[in-house]
Amino acid sequence: MLKEDCASELKVHLAKSLPLPSSVNRPRIDLIVFVINLHSKYSLQNTEESLRHVDASFFLGKVCFLATGAGRESHCSIHRHTVVKLAHTYQSPLLYCDLEVEAFRATMAQRLVRMLQVCAGHVPGVSALNLLSLLRSSEGPSLEDM
Amino acid sequence: MDETVAEFIKRTILKIPMNELITILKAWDFLSENQLQTINFRQRKESVVQHLVWLCEEKQASVNDAALLDIIYTQFHQHQKIWDVFQMSKEPGEDVDLFDMKQFKNSFKKILQRALKNVTVSFRETEENAVWIRIAWGTQYTKPNQYKPTYVVYYSQTPYAFTSSRLRRNAPLLGQIFESHNSTTPLQERNLGLDVNMDSRIIHENIVEKERVQQITQETFGDYPQPQLEFAQYKLETKFKSDLNGSILAEREEPLRCLIKFSSPHLLEALKSLAPAGIADAPLSPLLTCIPNKRMNYFKIRDK
Repeated sequence: MLKEDCASELKVHLAKSLPLPSSVNRPRIDLIVFVINLHSKYSLQNTEESLRHVDASFFLGKVCFLATGAGRESHCSIHRHTVVKLAHTYQSPLLYCDLEVEAFRATMAQRLVRMLQVCAGHVPGVSALNLLSLLRSSEGPSLEDM
Repeated sequence: MDETVAEFIKRTILKIPMNELITILKAWDFLSENQLQTINFRQRKESVVQHLVWLCEEKQASVNDAALLDIIYTQFHQHQKIWDVFQMSKEPGEDVDLFDMKQFKNSFKKILQRALKNVTVSFRETEENAVWIRIAWGTQYTKPNQYKPTYVVYYSQTPYAFTSSRLRRNAPLLGQIFESHNSTTPLQERNLGLDVNMDSRIIHENIVEKERVQQITQETFGDYPQPQLEFAQYKLETKFKSDLNGSILAEREEPLRCLIKFSSPHLLEALKSLAPAGIADAPLSPLLTCIPNKRMNYFKIRDK
Protein backbone atom coordinates (compact mmCIF):
# COMPACT_ATOMS: atom_id res chain seq x y z
CA MET A 1 0.00 0.00 0.00
CA LEU A 2 2.83 2.35 0.80
CA LYS A 3 4.19 1.94 -2.71
CA GLU A 4 1.06 3.46 -4.15
CA ASP A 5 1.09 7.05 -5.31
CA CYS A 6 -1.07 8.83 -2.83
CA ALA A 7 -1.40 12.54 -2.41
CA SER A 8 -2.32 12.09 1.23
CA GLU A 9 0.00 10.98 3.99
CA LEU A 10 -0.52 7.29 4.50
CA LYS A 11 0.25 5.39 7.67
CA VAL A 12 -0.35 1.73 8.30
CA HIS A 13 -0.80 0.31 11.78
CA LEU A 14 -0.32 -3.42 12.05
CA ALA A 15 -1.85 -5.23 14.96
CA LYS A 16 -2.45 -8.84 15.88
CA SER A 17 -5.77 -8.09 17.48
CA LEU A 18 -7.87 -5.39 19.06
CA PRO A 19 -8.00 -3.48 21.30
CA LEU A 20 -4.83 -1.58 20.52
CA PRO A 21 -2.55 -0.75 23.43
CA SER A 22 -4.05 2.32 25.02
CA SER A 23 -0.81 3.87 26.14
CA VAL A 24 -0.03 5.32 22.73
CA ASN A 25 -1.18 8.48 20.98
CA ARG A 26 -2.39 7.77 17.53
CA PRO A 27 -3.69 9.80 14.63
CA ARG A 28 -7.32 9.22 13.63
CA ILE A 29 -7.98 5.79 12.19
CA ASP A 30 -9.84 5.95 8.89
CA LEU A 31 -10.14 2.35 7.86
CA ILE A 32 -9.87 -0.97 9.63
CA VAL A 33 -9.10 -3.99 7.52
CA PHE A 34 -9.56 -7.33 9.24
CA VAL A 35 -7.39 -9.90 7.53
CA ILE A 36 -8.80 -13.38 7.90
CA ASN A 37 -6.70 -16.34 6.91
CA LEU A 38 -9.12 -18.96 5.69
CA HIS A 39 -6.58 -21.63 6.57
CA SER A 40 -6.80 -20.88 10.26
CA LYS A 41 -9.78 -21.12 12.58
CA TYR A 42 -7.76 -19.12 15.05
CA SER A 43 -7.65 -16.25 12.58
CA LEU A 44 -11.43 -16.10 12.39
CA GLN A 45 -11.80 -16.41 16.15
CA ASN A 46 -9.31 -13.60 16.67
CA THR A 47 -11.20 -11.37 14.26
CA GLU A 48 -14.53 -12.06 15.94
CA GLU A 49 -13.09 -11.18 19.32
CA SER A 50 -11.45 -8.06 18.00
CA LEU A 51 -14.67 -6.87 16.38
CA ARG A 52 -16.22 -6.48 19.81
CA HIS A 53 -13.77 -3.71 20.55
CA VAL A 54 -14.60 -1.62 17.53
CA ASP A 55 -16.69 1.47 18.05
CA ALA A 56 -20.04 1.37 16.24
CA SER A 57 -19.25 4.45 14.15
CA PHE A 58 -16.61 2.52 12.23
CA PHE A 59 -19.23 0.24 10.77
CA LEU A 60 -20.52 3.05 8.60
CA GLY A 61 -18.10 2.18 5.86
CA LYS A 62 -14.79 2.23 7.72
CA VAL A 63 -14.45 -1.48 8.26
CA CYS A 64 -13.79 -4.14 5.72
CA PHE A 65 -12.84 -7.78 5.77
CA LEU A 66 -10.07 -9.26 3.67
CA ALA A 67 -10.08 -13.01 3.30
CA THR A 68 -6.90 -14.68 2.14
CA GLY A 69 -6.14 -18.25 1.25
CA ALA A 70 -9.25 -19.04 -0.78
CA GLY A 71 -7.08 -20.14 -3.69
CA ARG A 72 -5.82 -23.21 -1.83
CA GLU A 73 -9.14 -24.79 -1.07
CA SER A 74 -7.67 -27.95 0.45
CA HIS A 75 -6.00 -25.85 3.15
CA CYS A 76 -9.13 -23.94 4.07
CA SER A 77 -10.57 -24.74 7.44
CA ILE A 78 -13.08 -21.92 7.33
CA HIS A 79 -15.95 -22.13 4.95
CA ARG A 80 -16.53 -19.19 2.64
CA HIS A 81 -20.07 -18.99 3.89
CA THR A 82 -18.81 -18.25 7.40
CA VAL A 83 -16.95 -15.11 6.40
CA VAL A 84 -19.75 -14.01 4.10
CA LYS A 85 -22.10 -14.25 7.04
CA LEU A 86 -19.67 -12.38 9.29
CA ALA A 87 -19.37 -9.54 6.82
CA HIS A 88 -23.10 -9.43 6.44
CA THR A 89 -23.63 -9.32 10.20
CA TYR A 90 -21.33 -6.34 10.44
CA GLN A 91 -22.70 -4.68 7.30
CA SER A 92 -19.25 -4.36 5.87
CA PRO A 93 -17.66 -5.33 2.58
CA LEU A 94 -15.78 -8.57 2.18
CA LEU A 95 -12.83 -8.71 -0.19
CA TYR A 96 -10.93 -11.77 -1.28
CA CYS A 97 -7.25 -11.70 -2.03
CA ASP A 98 -4.61 -14.37 -1.89
CA LEU A 99 -1.95 -12.26 -0.24
CA GLU A 100 0.75 -14.75 -1.16
CA VAL A 101 0.47 -13.83 -4.82
CA GLU A 102 2.36 -10.66 -5.68
CA ALA A 103 0.05 -9.54 -8.49
CA PHE A 104 -3.12 -9.95 -6.40
CA ARG A 105 -1.46 -8.18 -3.53
CA ALA A 106 -0.58 -5.20 -5.69
CA THR A 107 -4.12 -4.88 -7.04
CA MET A 108 -5.67 -5.20 -3.61
CA ALA A 109 -3.27 -2.61 -2.25
CA GLN A 110 -4.40 -0.17 -4.92
CA ARG A 111 -8.01 -0.85 -4.09
CA LEU A 112 -7.49 -0.41 -0.36
CA VAL A 113 -5.67 2.87 -0.85
CA ARG A 114 -8.59 4.24 -2.90
CA MET A 115 -11.02 3.06 -0.23
CA LEU A 116 -8.89 4.64 2.44
CA GLN A 117 -8.83 7.96 0.65
CA VAL A 118 -12.61 7.95 0.51
CA CYS A 119 -12.91 6.97 4.16
CA ALA A 120 -10.54 9.72 5.19
CA GLY A 121 -12.70 12.22 3.37
CA HIS A 122 -9.99 13.03 0.85
CA VAL A 123 -12.17 12.38 -2.18
CA PRO A 124 -14.57 15.27 -2.68
CA GLY A 125 -18.19 14.26 -3.04
CA VAL A 126 -17.80 10.67 -1.85
CA SER A 127 -18.09 9.64 1.77
CA ALA A 128 -17.41 6.31 3.42
CA LEU A 129 -21.14 5.74 3.70
CA ASN A 130 -21.63 6.46 -0.02
CA LEU A 131 -18.97 3.94 -0.84
CA LEU A 132 -20.50 1.37 1.46
CA SER A 133 -23.92 1.61 -0.15
CA LEU A 134 -22.33 1.43 -3.60
CA LEU A 135 -20.52 -1.74 -2.66
CA ARG A 136 -23.56 -3.25 -1.07
CA SER A 137 -25.85 -2.74 -3.98
CA SER A 138 -23.49 -4.72 -6.17
CA GLU A 139 -23.87 -7.85 -4.08
CA GLY A 140 -25.79 -10.83 -5.45
CA PRO A 141 -29.14 -12.20 -4.29
CA SER A 142 -30.20 -11.78 -0.73
CA LEU A 143 -27.90 -13.37 1.82
CA GLU A 144 -30.86 -14.52 3.88
CA ASP A 145 -31.22 -17.30 1.37
CA MET A 146 -27.90 -18.82 2.36
CA MET B 1 29.20 -1.75 31.37
CA ASP B 2 25.83 -2.52 29.89
CA GLU B 3 24.44 -5.95 30.75
CA THR B 4 23.74 -6.68 27.11
CA VAL B 5 27.35 -5.88 26.19
CA ALA B 6 28.61 -8.14 28.97
CA GLU B 7 26.38 -10.94 27.75
CA PHE B 8 27.50 -10.40 24.17
CA ILE B 9 31.17 -10.52 25.12
CA LYS B 10 30.59 -13.61 27.23
CA ARG B 11 28.84 -15.44 24.42
CA THR B 12 31.47 -14.44 21.90
CA ILE B 13 34.31 -15.66 24.08
CA LEU B 14 32.45 -18.89 24.80
CA LYS B 15 32.38 -19.60 21.08
CA ILE B 16 36.15 -19.41 20.80
CA PRO B 17 37.87 -22.81 21.04
CA MET B 18 40.38 -22.97 23.90
CA ASN B 19 43.34 -23.49 21.61
CA GLU B 20 42.62 -20.23 19.78
CA LEU B 21 41.63 -18.17 22.78
CA ILE B 22 44.97 -16.57 23.59
CA THR B 23 45.75 -15.79 19.96
CA ILE B 24 42.41 -14.10 19.44
CA LEU B 25 42.61 -12.14 22.67
CA LYS B 26 46.05 -10.87 21.67
CA ALA B 27 44.76 -9.89 18.24
CA TRP B 28 41.91 -8.05 19.92
CA ASP B 29 44.39 -6.09 21.97
CA PHE B 30 41.75 -4.80 24.36
CA LEU B 31 43.08 -6.48 27.49
CA SER B 32 46.72 -5.78 28.22
CA GLU B 33 49.49 -8.38 28.46
CA ASN B 34 49.52 -7.91 32.22
CA GLN B 35 45.82 -8.52 32.49
CA LEU B 36 46.00 -11.63 30.34
CA GLN B 37 48.77 -12.96 32.47
CA THR B 38 46.53 -12.90 35.51
CA ILE B 39 44.34 -15.55 33.98
CA ASN B 40 44.87 -19.23 34.46
CA PHE B 41 43.97 -20.65 31.06
CA ARG B 42 44.18 -24.21 32.32
CA GLN B 43 40.98 -23.90 34.32
CA ARG B 44 37.59 -25.03 33.10
CA LYS B 45 36.44 -22.88 30.24
CA GLU B 46 33.55 -21.36 32.18
CA SER B 47 35.93 -20.04 34.83
CA VAL B 48 38.27 -18.58 32.23
CA VAL B 49 35.36 -16.88 30.49
CA GLN B 50 34.03 -15.49 33.74
CA HIS B 51 37.40 -14.04 34.60
CA LEU B 52 37.78 -12.51 31.15
CA VAL B 53 34.34 -10.92 31.25
CA TRP B 54 35.15 -9.48 34.65
CA LEU B 55 38.34 -7.94 33.27
CA CYS B 56 36.39 -6.47 30.36
CA GLU B 57 33.92 -4.98 32.78
CA GLU B 58 36.71 -3.41 34.77
CA LYS B 59 38.02 -1.88 31.62
CA GLN B 60 34.51 -0.79 30.60
CA ALA B 61 34.33 -2.48 27.26
CA SER B 62 31.90 -0.84 24.90
CA VAL B 63 29.68 -2.40 22.29
CA ASN B 64 32.25 -1.35 19.70
CA ASP B 65 35.00 -3.22 21.51
CA ALA B 66 32.76 -6.26 21.64
CA ALA B 67 31.96 -5.92 17.96
CA LEU B 68 35.67 -5.89 17.16
CA LEU B 69 36.15 -9.12 19.06
CA ASP B 70 33.31 -10.61 17.05
CA ILE B 71 34.99 -9.55 13.81
CA ILE B 72 38.24 -11.20 14.84
CA TYR B 73 36.46 -14.39 15.79
CA THR B 74 34.72 -14.40 12.43
CA GLN B 75 37.99 -13.79 10.61
CA PHE B 76 39.41 -16.88 12.25
CA HIS B 77 36.29 -18.85 11.39
CA GLN B 78 35.46 -17.38 8.01
CA HIS B 79 35.31 -20.83 6.50
CA GLN B 80 32.25 -21.54 8.62
CA LYS B 81 30.27 -18.87 6.88
CA ILE B 82 28.75 -18.88 3.45
CA TRP B 83 29.84 -15.87 1.44
CA ASP B 84 28.27 -14.18 -1.53
CA VAL B 85 30.49 -12.19 -3.82
CA PHE B 86 29.54 -9.00 -5.55
CA GLN B 87 31.39 -7.40 -8.37
CA MET B 88 31.09 -3.71 -8.87
CA SER B 89 31.14 -2.57 -12.42
CA LYS B 90 32.32 0.81 -13.53
CA GLU B 91 30.54 2.91 -16.09
CA PRO B 92 32.63 3.41 -19.20
CA GLY B 93 34.44 6.70 -19.01
CA GLU B 94 34.56 6.84 -15.23
CA ASP B 95 37.91 7.55 -13.73
CA VAL B 96 39.42 5.21 -11.26
CA ASP B 97 39.41 7.20 -8.05
CA LEU B 98 42.20 6.96 -5.59
CA PHE B 99 40.90 4.96 -2.70
CA ASP B 100 41.02 6.63 0.67
CA MET B 101 40.33 4.09 3.38
CA LYS B 102 39.57 6.65 6.04
CA GLN B 103 37.12 8.50 3.87
CA PHE B 104 35.47 5.25 2.83
CA LYS B 105 34.94 4.15 6.41
CA ASN B 106 33.59 7.52 7.42
CA SER B 107 31.13 7.83 4.61
CA PHE B 108 30.03 4.19 4.90
CA LYS B 109 29.22 4.60 8.54
CA LYS B 110 27.58 7.97 8.05
CA ILE B 111 25.26 6.77 5.32
CA LEU B 112 24.13 3.70 7.24
CA GLN B 113 23.53 5.63 10.41
CA ARG B 114 21.62 8.31 8.61
CA ALA B 115 19.39 5.79 6.88
CA LEU B 116 18.81 3.53 9.85
CA LYS B 117 19.03 5.01 13.28
CA ASN B 118 19.82 1.82 15.13
CA VAL B 119 22.83 0.18 13.60
CA THR B 120 26.29 -0.79 14.84
CA VAL B 121 29.05 -0.48 12.25
CA SER B 122 32.60 -1.68 12.93
CA PHE B 123 35.69 -1.92 10.75
CA ARG B 124 38.90 -3.89 10.82
CA GLU B 125 41.57 -3.59 8.16
CA THR B 126 43.80 -6.46 7.16
CA GLU B 127 47.08 -6.61 5.31
CA GLU B 128 45.71 -7.49 1.91
CA ASN B 129 44.10 -4.07 1.50
CA ALA B 130 40.89 -5.52 2.70
CA VAL B 131 38.50 -4.01 5.17
CA TRP B 132 36.13 -6.15 7.19
CA ILE B 133 32.89 -4.38 7.93
CA ARG B 134 30.55 -5.69 10.56
CA ILE B 135 26.98 -4.42 10.66
CA ALA B 136 24.50 -5.19 13.40
CA TRP B 137 20.97 -4.25 12.43
CA GLY B 138 18.26 -2.72 14.56
CA THR B 139 14.92 -1.23 13.71
CA GLN B 140 13.35 2.09 14.40
CA TYR B 141 12.32 0.83 17.83
CA THR B 142 14.90 -1.75 18.78
CA LYS B 143 18.60 -1.68 19.45
CA PRO B 144 20.84 -3.51 17.02
CA ASN B 145 20.81 -7.27 17.30
CA GLN B 146 24.45 -8.13 17.91
CA TYR B 147 23.86 -11.81 17.36
CA LYS B 148 22.89 -11.61 13.70
CA PRO B 149 25.40 -9.27 12.12
CA THR B 150 26.20 -9.04 8.45
CA TYR B 151 29.81 -9.05 7.34
CA VAL B 152 31.11 -7.32 4.27
CA VAL B 153 34.70 -7.79 3.22
CA TYR B 154 35.79 -5.24 0.70
CA TYR B 155 39.07 -5.53 -1.17
CA SER B 156 39.67 -1.92 -1.99
CA GLN B 157 42.00 -2.49 -4.91
CA THR B 158 39.53 -4.77 -6.62
CA PRO B 159 35.93 -4.42 -7.64
CA TYR B 160 34.94 -7.27 -5.34
CA ALA B 161 33.12 -7.35 -2.06
CA PHE B 162 32.18 -10.46 -0.10
CA THR B 163 29.17 -10.57 2.11
CA SER B 164 28.08 -13.15 4.62
CA SER B 165 24.72 -14.66 3.85
CA ARG B 166 21.57 -13.31 5.50
CA LEU B 167 22.14 -10.19 3.46
CA ARG B 168 19.15 -10.32 1.17
CA ARG B 169 17.07 -7.85 3.11
CA ASN B 170 19.63 -5.14 3.17
CA ALA B 171 21.41 -5.81 -0.10
CA PRO B 172 19.95 -2.82 -1.97
CA LEU B 173 21.00 -0.47 0.81
CA LEU B 174 24.57 -1.73 0.95
CA GLY B 175 24.76 -1.84 -2.81
CA GLN B 176 23.87 1.80 -2.98
CA ILE B 177 26.50 2.70 -0.43
CA PHE B 178 29.19 1.13 -2.58
CA GLU B 179 27.73 2.69 -5.65
CA SER B 180 27.73 6.12 -4.14
CA HIS B 181 31.28 5.69 -3.00
CA ASN B 182 32.58 4.53 -6.33
CA SER B 183 30.93 7.21 -8.37
CA THR B 184 32.64 10.48 -9.09
CA THR B 185 29.63 12.57 -8.15
CA PRO B 186 29.66 13.97 -4.65
CA LEU B 187 27.73 12.12 -1.98
CA GLN B 188 24.19 13.31 -1.96
CA GLU B 189 21.25 12.44 0.16
CA ARG B 190 19.84 9.66 -1.93
CA ASN B 191 16.58 7.88 -1.66
CA LEU B 192 17.98 4.71 -0.16
CA GLY B 193 15.43 1.97 -0.65
CA LEU B 194 14.65 1.00 2.91
CA ASP B 195 13.51 -2.37 4.02
CA VAL B 196 9.77 -2.34 4.43
CA ASN B 197 9.92 -3.10 8.13
CA MET B 198 12.00 -0.03 8.74
CA ASP B 199 9.67 2.33 6.90
CA SER B 200 8.45 4.78 9.48
CA ARG B 201 5.00 4.85 7.97
CA ILE B 202 4.39 1.35 9.25
CA ILE B 203 3.61 1.18 12.91
CA HIS B 204 3.72 -2.17 14.64
CA GLU B 205 1.21 -1.93 17.44
CA ASN B 206 2.30 -5.16 19.03
CA ILE B 207 6.02 -4.47 18.91
CA VAL B 208 6.47 -5.29 22.59
CA GLU B 209 4.91 -8.70 22.18
CA LYS B 210 6.78 -9.28 18.92
CA GLU B 211 10.05 -8.58 20.60
CA ARG B 212 9.20 -10.77 23.56
CA VAL B 213 8.47 -13.63 21.18
CA GLN B 214 11.72 -13.01 19.28
CA GLN B 215 13.68 -13.03 22.47
CA ILE B 216 12.12 -16.20 23.79
CA THR B 217 12.59 -17.92 20.47
CA GLN B 218 16.21 -16.88 20.39
CA GLU B 219 16.76 -18.04 23.95
CA THR B 220 15.12 -21.37 23.26
CA PHE B 221 16.61 -22.16 19.90
CA GLY B 222 19.73 -20.03 19.69
CA ASP B 223 20.97 -18.20 16.63
CA TYR B 224 22.59 -21.06 14.88
CA PRO B 225 20.85 -23.27 12.33
CA GLN B 226 18.95 -26.09 13.94
CA PRO B 227 20.06 -29.69 13.54
CA GLN B 228 18.36 -31.31 10.61
CA LEU B 229 15.53 -33.49 11.83
CA GLU B 230 12.66 -34.86 9.86
CA PHE B 231 10.24 -36.14 12.41
CA ALA B 232 9.39 -36.47 16.07
CA GLN B 233 7.05 -38.98 17.57
CA TYR B 234 5.10 -38.83 20.80
CA LYS B 235 3.39 -41.87 22.24
CA LEU B 236 0.80 -40.82 24.78
CA GLU B 237 -0.62 -43.08 27.43
CA THR B 238 -2.51 -40.78 29.68
CA LYS B 239 -5.86 -40.52 31.27
CA PHE B 240 -8.26 -38.03 29.82
CA LYS B 241 -8.21 -34.66 31.59
CA SER B 242 -11.05 -32.25 31.24
CA ASP B 243 -12.56 -29.25 32.98
CA LEU B 244 -16.03 -30.55 32.36
CA ASN B 245 -17.30 -32.83 35.05
CA GLY B 246 -19.01 -36.08 34.33
CA SER B 247 -17.80 -36.63 30.81
CA ILE B 248 -17.63 -40.24 29.79
CA LEU B 249 -13.99 -40.01 28.81
CA ALA B 250 -12.99 -38.55 32.18
CA GLU B 251 -14.48 -41.52 33.99
CA ARG B 252 -12.53 -44.00 31.98
CA GLU B 253 -10.05 -45.93 34.10
CA GLU B 254 -7.86 -47.05 31.26
CA PRO B 255 -5.39 -44.51 29.92
CA LEU B 256 -5.98 -43.39 26.37
CA ARG B 257 -3.36 -44.35 23.87
CA CYS B 258 -2.46 -42.25 20.90
CA LEU B 259 0.48 -41.61 18.67
CA ILE B 260 1.37 -38.16 17.40
CA LYS B 261 3.96 -37.79 14.72
CA PHE B 262 5.36 -34.48 13.47
CA SER B 263 7.16 -34.60 10.17
CA SER B 264 8.77 -31.90 8.05
CA PRO B 265 11.74 -31.46 5.73
CA HIS B 266 13.31 -29.49 8.58
CA LEU B 267 11.29 -30.00 11.74
CA LEU B 268 13.30 -27.92 14.19
CA GLU B 269 13.44 -24.87 11.93
CA ALA B 270 9.71 -25.21 11.45
CA LEU B 271 9.15 -25.31 15.22
CA LYS B 272 11.44 -22.32 15.64
CA SER B 273 9.37 -20.31 13.19
CA LEU B 274 5.99 -21.08 14.80
CA ALA B 275 5.93 -18.34 17.43
CA PRO B 276 7.41 -15.57 15.25
CA ALA B 277 4.86 -16.46 12.57
CA GLY B 278 2.05 -16.02 15.08
CA ILE B 279 0.91 -19.61 14.72
CA ALA B 280 1.79 -20.62 18.26
CA ASP B 281 2.30 -18.85 21.54
CA ALA B 282 5.76 -18.41 22.95
CA PRO B 283 7.20 -20.17 24.84
CA LEU B 284 6.49 -23.41 23.03
CA SER B 285 5.74 -26.54 24.94
CA PRO B 286 8.90 -28.00 26.48
CA LEU B 287 7.91 -31.31 24.94
CA LEU B 288 8.82 -29.78 21.59
CA THR B 289 11.76 -27.63 22.58
CA CYS B 290 13.59 -30.31 24.52
CA ILE B 291 14.34 -32.31 21.38
CA PRO B 292 17.85 -30.94 20.66
CA ASN B 293 18.81 -30.96 24.35
CA LYS B 294 17.66 -34.45 25.07
CA ARG B 295 18.86 -35.66 21.69
CA MET B 296 15.70 -37.72 21.42
CA ASN B 297 12.87 -37.62 19.02
CA TYR B 298 10.82 -40.52 20.30
CA PHE B 299 8.90 -39.79 23.45
CA LYS B 300 6.60 -41.82 25.65
CA ILE B 301 4.36 -39.76 27.84
CA ARG B 302 2.62 -41.36 30.75
CA ASP B 303 0.80 -40.06 33.76
CA LYS B 304 2.98 -39.81 36.82
